[in-house]
Parts: sequence; structure tokens; C-alpha cells
Amino acid sequence: MKYLPLIWAGLWRKRVRTVLTMLSVAVAFVLFGVMHGVTAGIDQIINQMSDSRLRIQSRVNITEALPIAHLGRIENVPGVLGVGYYNFVGAYYQEPRNQISAGAMDMSRQTALFPEIKVPDGALDAMARTRDGALIGADLAKERGWKVGDRIPLRSSIWMRKDGAQDWTFEILGIYSWADGRVPSNEFWINYQYFDEERTFGNGTVTIYFARINDPAHSAQIAEQIDGLFANSANETQTQNERDWLRGRIAQIGNMAFFVNAIIGAVMFTLLFLTGNTMMQSVRERIPELAVLKTYGFSSSAVVLLVLGEALLLCGVAAGIGLGLARLAQPSIFRAIGAGGLALPWSVIGTGLGVAAVVAIISALPPAWRTQRISIVDALAGR
Amino acid sequence: MTALVSIKQVYKSYVRGKQRVEVLHGLDLDVEKGEFLALMGPSGSGKSTLLNLIGGLDRPDKGEITVAGQRIDQLSSGQLAKWRARHVGFIFQFYNLLPVLTAERNVEVPLLLTKLSSRERKRNVQAALDLVGLADRAKHKPSELSGGQQQRVAIARALVADPTLLVCDEPTGDLDRETSDSVLQLLELLNRQQGKTIVMVTHDPRAAGHASRRLHVDKGSLGEAPVGAAA
Amino acid sequence: MSALSQMGAVTGMNLRSIPRRLGSSSVIVIGIAGVVGVIVAVFGMTRSLSQALVDTGRPDRAIVLRSGAQNETSSTLLVDAFATIKNAPGVARTSAGDAAGSAEMLASVNLIRREDGAQAAVGVRGVEPTSATIRPEVKLIDGRMFRPGLREMIVGRGAQHEFKNLEIGDHVGLRDSVWTIVGIFESGGDANESRLFADAQTLMSAYKRTAANSVTVLLESEASFDEFKTALTTNPTLSVSVERERDYYQRQSEDANTFFDLVTTFVGIIMALGALFGALNTMYSAVSARTVEIATLRAIGFGASGVVSSVLVEALLLSFTGAVVGAAIAWLLFNGNTIGIGNNVGTLVFQMRITPALLGSSVLLACIVGLLGGLLPALRAARMPVATALRATA
Ligand SMILES: Nc1ncnc2c1ncn2[C@@H]1O[C@H](COP(=O)(O)OP(=O)(O)OP(=O)(O)O)[C@@H](O)[C@H]1O
Ligand SMILES: [Mg+2]
Repeated sequence: MKYLPLIWAGLWRKRVRTVLTMLSVAVAFVLFGVMHGVTAGIDQIINQMSDSRLRIQSRVNITEALPIAHLGRIENVPGVLGVGYYNFVGAYYQEPRNQISAGAMDMSRQTALFPEIKVPDGALDAMARTRDGALIGADLAKERGWKVGDRIPLRSSIWMRKDGAQDWTFEILGIYSWADGRVPSNEFWINYQYFDEERTFGNGTVTIYFARINDPAHSAQIAEQIDGLFANSANETQTQNERDWLRGRIAQIGNMAFFVNAIIGAVMFTLLFLTGNTMMQSVRERIPELAVLKTYGFSSSAVVLLVLGEALLLCGVAAGIGLGLARLAQPSIFRAIGAGGLALPWSVIGTGLGVAAVVAIISALPPAWRTQRISIVDALAGR
Repeated sequence: MTALVSIKQVYKSYVRGKQRVEVLHGLDLDVEKGEFLALMGPSGSGKSTLLNLIGGLDRPDKGEITVAGQRIDQLSSGQLAKWRARHVGFIFQFYNLLPVLTAERNVEVPLLLTKLSSRERKRNVQAALDLVGLADRAKHKPSELSGGQQQRVAIARALVADPTLLVCDEPTGDLDRETSDSVLQLLELLNRQQGKTIVMVTHDPRAAGHASRRLHVDKGSLGEAPVGAAA
Repeated sequence: MSALSQMGAVTGMNLRSIPRRLGSSSVIVIGIAGVVGVIVAVFGMTRSLSQALVDTGRPDRAIVLRSGAQNETSSTLLVDAFATIKNAPGVARTSAGDAAGSAEMLASVNLIRREDGAQAAVGVRGVEPTSATIRPEVKLIDGRMFRPGLREMIVGRGAQHEFKNLEIGDHVGLRDSVWTIVGIFESGGDANESRLFADAQTLMSAYKRTAANSVTVLLESEASFDEFKTALTTNPTLSVSVERERDYYQRQSEDANTFFDLVTTFVGIIMALGALFGALNTMYSAVSARTVEIATLRAIGFGASGVVSSVLVEALLLSFTGAVVGAAIAWLLFNGNTIGIGNNVGTLVFQMRITPALLGSSVLLACIVGLLGGLLPALRAARMPVATALRATA
């Protein structure tokens, strides 16, 4: 530690150069932090997904509906504790560009399945009493300024009403929210029974079932059993626990990790070169100074360590700044892709600092090594 | 008085390309403890070479060098580094301060190699700067100091770890007459009052006049130099 | 000496000294190469993606959706509306005399990707026989056309390239039915080439649907669009939106690209900044390495402009070299690569096309970055006080 002032001062020998090098390193680690932050954040979300809840959808594709008649059969599968269902209702408010993500469901089943949904007291009873009632997410309520008691006319380009009316009008009976804030509370929930009775086609079908099971360790067997029930029928199912489902969903986007790693690889390579050059120049300029240190009894290895320490400090400080900025930016990035606020995990920051250390050592090692060959006598004589 | 530095039959040559330059051949020299020795002689005569050997910066091709009872001609470069840290303080013609460090940090450098605590280091640095009369310039960078002041800082740095021996290569070579005189008076003071053994290379007969003994180096051999002799 | 020949002389002198400063000069070259490589790759991908989408639409075709629907998947059109739409004014006729309109259904099926064995969705488009007239770009390259009434499909070359088990003779399980691949088609690398085509009637009956997603019509001419649109939107029995097909796909590409544009712009800005700092660094050290030389020239009587231009030309030349290297590497690595990007209703398979325009603009960007990186150091060199500079290294 007592060498720190010495190392620090050496770093600032050429102010402009150090600042510029630090800026490029910092910028590179902003990129590193953000890109790894996104992949790590997604992993984190995946790992926090429940593996004791199953999603049952059509084997063909999520856009294929399943008959409501599956409900009773799924409930009877051993290990299944409770079943709920959900029908996706693409809707909009006034203008098509005001898309509203609506879902029709059995509200009491849903809240039993998802204890993390927070609903005010009495709202469930009100929903049970009011056919055209709705619960809306807190984020949605805030965005649109809707409150309990409002009657909201929605339209859908998919679902038509039996009575031929354009509007599906619902009365807001309560505001729900997801307990941990990671899932955005932005949906418009309505009673399945009402929706199903009113629509012109697709009656008696749902988009997806959810099932809570007694033991996550058995999720694969139970899923297999459920799919087995409907094998070779008109409505084959595909059952996955929530975690596996999300993982598959992400994989569908394409091979993101490859792209991220390719970019980061190119950036790091460039960086290595840049820092290496800075260190090389700075060592070259300072050979007489390093020779003075040696006359005063600094060993060759001490000088090597000083040079390495300088590179470590430079990369470390700059990477720290870059990763710090990435951490500040992360929650808004996640909000932009609709995944709630998520902090940049410390593991990414740790890895980033580790990478910075590796960059520092690799780039500073050649010049540092060369200091061992400094002949004090020659260096002092300017030879 | 026993000889603090004892040099016996030392040979040193440099190879430059195909040419071999014999600098020192069979040189003998004793420096007594508490002595202030001035080495004079024409350019290229081997003064710096000899000084570097005494200071443990370089090793002879042949011969024995003993300082304070310890043979240093056989030490490895790592051992020499440790030895220098304990026994030698260097003063150079161009001061060779680290430009990025303040005066006090520069003076502290040799102390970083000791086990002293940061408070003890600070105290020693303070004392050394007091001694050279620059306590008020502790926070200044070398670029903010005059040549004479820089050399005083360099002297403080040479002193601070209380070395056995001070080694100076043309310490006034870059200074004007008045500043030279004050630097030399300081060295003389250190020699008289603190009993520091000093070996100094100089071209300047006036500088040599401050020493207690003068030797003349010519073509690698030594001879007594009369006071005031031309370099 | 004229200002121009001065500049030439100083610049020439300077460039000849680059080999002596190879280490720091290569920083700018490699830095810029890295940046240009990444930018070309990233933008090449997003440009190719939107090109594939935009190419799918034509200005002389129109697509009719349920009013309020943003895309085909979220649109339903009931059978009763088909005839009204197809027979509206402005719609071209097939050689057989039928209205050139096709009521189409979109479905999706999850298949296994070749690359990683993961499941991903592929779009299935049910088309009417008139589709051959409406979409002349769809050409069979192997096998034969599906026969109406039979559970047969033809597969786009992109889909076939990206997914397993889509060879002629292979079977695809849709809802409650098994379909056979009988042909392979191409359509100029557009979005349809990433899909399966089947007969609309057969598909709708297999799915027990009475509604389609959209109707696509061939117009008599591009100019007939307004007439066609007015006729449909003023018809009180219909509740539809009418869009030129080109505009529809343009919009789809914008939707698809908002996310990627965000990513690419972010990456591009970050990397350009990094390159700028690198270039500044290199040029500052180039100037400081030449301090004495520059001061000597100035002392002899060379003007500031010669010094400035010599630094700028060096920066420009080095960054240009880097840009060419980076662009070449990206082109070699990525041009012609097939990429599949998807969501839960379909995957778009497209070829990465690195266009000369993209290469040109990224080289231009690199040169601007290089010039900016040279500017400050050049000014510093020009303003260097001659006397101190000469003394500095005495
Ligand atoms: N590392 C070296 N390599 C080659 N030759 C050297 C080396 N060091 C010293 N010499 C040569 O040895 C001779 C003595 O050099 P030295 O530096 O000891 O002279 P000096 O007496 O200190 O001269 P000055 O008064 O100019 O400082 C010179 O001829 C010099 O060129
Ligand atoms: Mg000398």
C-alpha cells in the first residue's frame, strides 16, 4: 500500500494520455457491463422463475388454443395441486396504437396459483359478482390514469362480440400488482366466463393452462403425464415448468450470447492493444526514472511490480467507472425491453474487474518484463 | 581508522562492438571512514566507472571491493540492490528526481524499502528536508524548484535512509557557482558534523577544495591531486 | 515556398517517419479496424433484416386487415367479407378472369432449428390459387405445387435452411393433421421465404376456422390503390383497414427494428467514442514524438498549416487503413451468412448482405473519427512555442 502514491503518480506522468486511455477503457467496460448485464439479467430472471408451476400450451404453437375441457383432466393428474387458465385478448383503447395486453381468466383460480399477485381485499369477490368487471395492473393504471370505478371501452381486432357491438366495456374493480416488481404489472384482466360467452368464435378454448405441482423435482414426470393425456388427440399439449419455458423462449430469439461475445471479444482485443501501447510508451519514457529507483535499491522484481501495478490501477479505475455507469444504466435498459427494473448483478461487475485485471496484466507484462534488462549504469548515462 | 571502502586490483573493461575499452586495470583504493574524497580527472578517464563500482551499481571484471567489511564484488544483482538500499545514498549531476512526485515523496522513496511505518517515514523525511533547508518546499514538484533546490532535495533523498556512504557524480556539474558552493557546503557539513563518508566525482577544482582528500584518475590509475590542480 | 508545397513537404516527411513509430501508429489502425468491423457486422445484420421485410411488400399490392389490427396475426376477417374485398374496384384479374385476391390464414408451428436443436416457431401461410398471379416472385425450385384439398405444403428456402425435417417428403404435424412437404420455393430472400405455404381452404378446414387473417390483392396498377381503399373503407358492412403492402412491411420492419436499432446505435456510439479516444491518444503521442522535428521546421520558417495538415493527413491515412482492414474482415466473416431471428409466431430467416453503401459509410465514419482524433493534437503541434520545444529535448 505504501507504494500506492508512487504508482499513482507514475500513472499521471502524461495526463492527457492517461485520461484518454482511461476513457477508452471505461467506454469499453460500459459496453461490457451493459451487454453482459442484459444476458446475466435474463439468466437471473430465468433462475427466479418457478419450477413448481407448469405451463400447458398447444404443442403446435402458442397461437393454437386448447379446449377448456382439458381443465378437469389436468386437475386429476397426481401431483397437480391446482390449475388455472388464461386466454390472451389482444385489445386496444381508442386507437390501434394504444395496445392493451388483456387476459381472460378465472380470477380466483389465478390468484390461488400465483400467490405473488397482490389484489386488494374484496376485489376478488367484486369480480365474482360483476360479469364485466376488470382488474388492472398498477403500471397500466398509472400510465392511463384509470381508477377503480372507471368504465373502459376496449376494442379488439381479433375478437368480435355476438351482439355486433364494437366496444367491450369493462368496469375497473381493483388494481393488482406483482409482489416483487420484476414482472411489469401492465395487464387488463377480465372474467373468462363473460368473455367466452360474448365472443363469436373460439368459444370454449383457452390459450394456456397453469398448474401448480407438489414437488418441483417431479415437474418433468408430471409434465410428461399431462402431455400423455392428450397425445394423438386433436389438441396435443406441450407442458414445461415456467423456468424451462422462459429459457426456450429466449433461445427462440436467436443466438444472442454468440453475438454479445463476438462484440465484446473485438472490443477487448482493441483495448488490449491500446493499453499495451500506453504502457509501452510510458515505460520507455521512464527508463531513467526506473533506473534511479534501482540505484536506491529497488529490486528488478519490485520495478516489474510497479509497472504492473500501474496498469492494474489504470484498468481497474477505468473499468470501475465504466461498470459503474453500466450499473446506473441497467435498470432503464431493462425497463426499455419491458422486464422491470433489475440491477446489474455484482457477479458481472466482479467478472468485469477480473477481465480488466487480465487486460492490464497481459498488456503491461511485456514492457514490465523489459525493465528487468535496464542496466542502471547505461540508463543513468543516457545510453 | 579502518578503511571503509577497500578496492584491490580491480579490473573493468567495456566491449563496444568489436572494440574493447580497458577502463580500470588493477586499481587499488582505500577510503577511510569519515573521509570526504574527491575524484578528479579528464573526461573518459573512468571516474564514473569507479564510482559505480563503489556504489554497487556495477561489478568489476576482476578484483575485490569491500565496503564496511562486506565483499560486494561477488553479489548478485538482487543482493546488490538490497545492499545499496541499506548502505549507499546517490547524488547525480542532473538530480534525477522523479518529476511526478513532490519533494517529500521523492525523499521518501528510499524509505519505502525499509520497514518503517508511515509516520516514522514522514518524520525522517521531515528531518532530512530540514537538514537541507527545504522544509518549506516539501509539497513542491521538481519542476517548481530551482536546480540548486532540486539538488538539495536529491541530497535529502540520499541521506534519509542514513546510508553508510554517500556517492556523488558531479553533483555541482549543472549548477552555477554560488549554488554549487552552497551544495558543497552542505556536503562538507554532513561530512564534518555527521561523519558521513563521501566519495565525489568532480571536474571542478573549487568543488574538490571542499573535500578532505583529492585523488586524480587518469587512464584508469590513481594519483594524488594537488589542491587547485586543473582537471 | 507556397503554402501548398510546404504542406506537401512536411506531410511527406512525416509519413516517411511512420515506420519508426509503428507501435503507436498501429493503435489507431487496429482500434479503427475493430470499431469498423463491429459496426459493419451489427448494422449489416439489422439492415439485412429490414431489407428482407421491406422486400416482401410491393407497391402494387394491398393488404386488408380487420380495422385496428397492427399485423396479420392480430387480425380476423370473416368469410362474408372475402368476396366484397376481392371484387372491389382497382383489383386486377387473373388470366382465368378471377379477381386477383387471396384470403389468407396464418398459423404457426414449432419446429427444430438445425443450428442448436432448439424449438422455434415457423409461420404457415394458407394461400388461395390466385396467389400465383398475385405473387409472381414465388417460384418453385424443386418438387411441385401443393394440390388444393390435400394436406400438402411447399417450403421456403430460408425456412428449409434454418429448420430440420423440411425436405420434400418430410411430414409436418399441424393441429390434428399431418402435412407433407411437396415442393421448395424461393421468393428473393423475402419474409415469405421463411414460411410454409399451403392451400388456404384446406388449412382453414383443418383448423376448423371460419375466419381468415388477411386478404392480399394485386392492384390493376399502383395508382388504383386509392380507389380500392376508398371503396372498402367507406363500405358500412366492412370494418377493415387497407394498406399498401410495401407500407405494411415497412411498418413491420420498423417494429422489428426499434429494439435492434437501439442496440446498434448504442454499440456504434460506444465504439466510435472508444476509437476517438484511441485516435487522440495515438496522435498526441505522434506529435510529442515529433516535438523537436516540428519545432525545427517552424524555426526554419515553415508555417503552421504545414504542420497541422501533416498531422491530419497522418491521422486520416491511418484511420482509413484501419477502416479498410476492419470492413474487409467483417465482409469476409459475415457477408452471405444466414441468420434466423424469431419470436413465438415465426422466424425470419435472412441473408446478411453487407452493402457497398454500408461499407462506404462506415469507412467515412472512421475517417471522421480519425480526423477528429488528429485535430486537437494538430492544433497543439501548431501552437507549440518553438523556443521551448527546441529546448525541451536539448
Ligand atoms: N556501458 C559502457 N559501455 C561502453 N563503454 C563505456 C561504458 N561505460 C563507460 N564506458 C567507457 O569507459 C570510459 C570511462 O567512462 P566513464 O564514464 O567512467 O568516464 P568519466 O571519467 O566519468 O568521464 P566524464 O568525466 O566524461 O564523466 C569511457 O571511454 C566510456 O566511453
Ligand atoms: Mg562521468
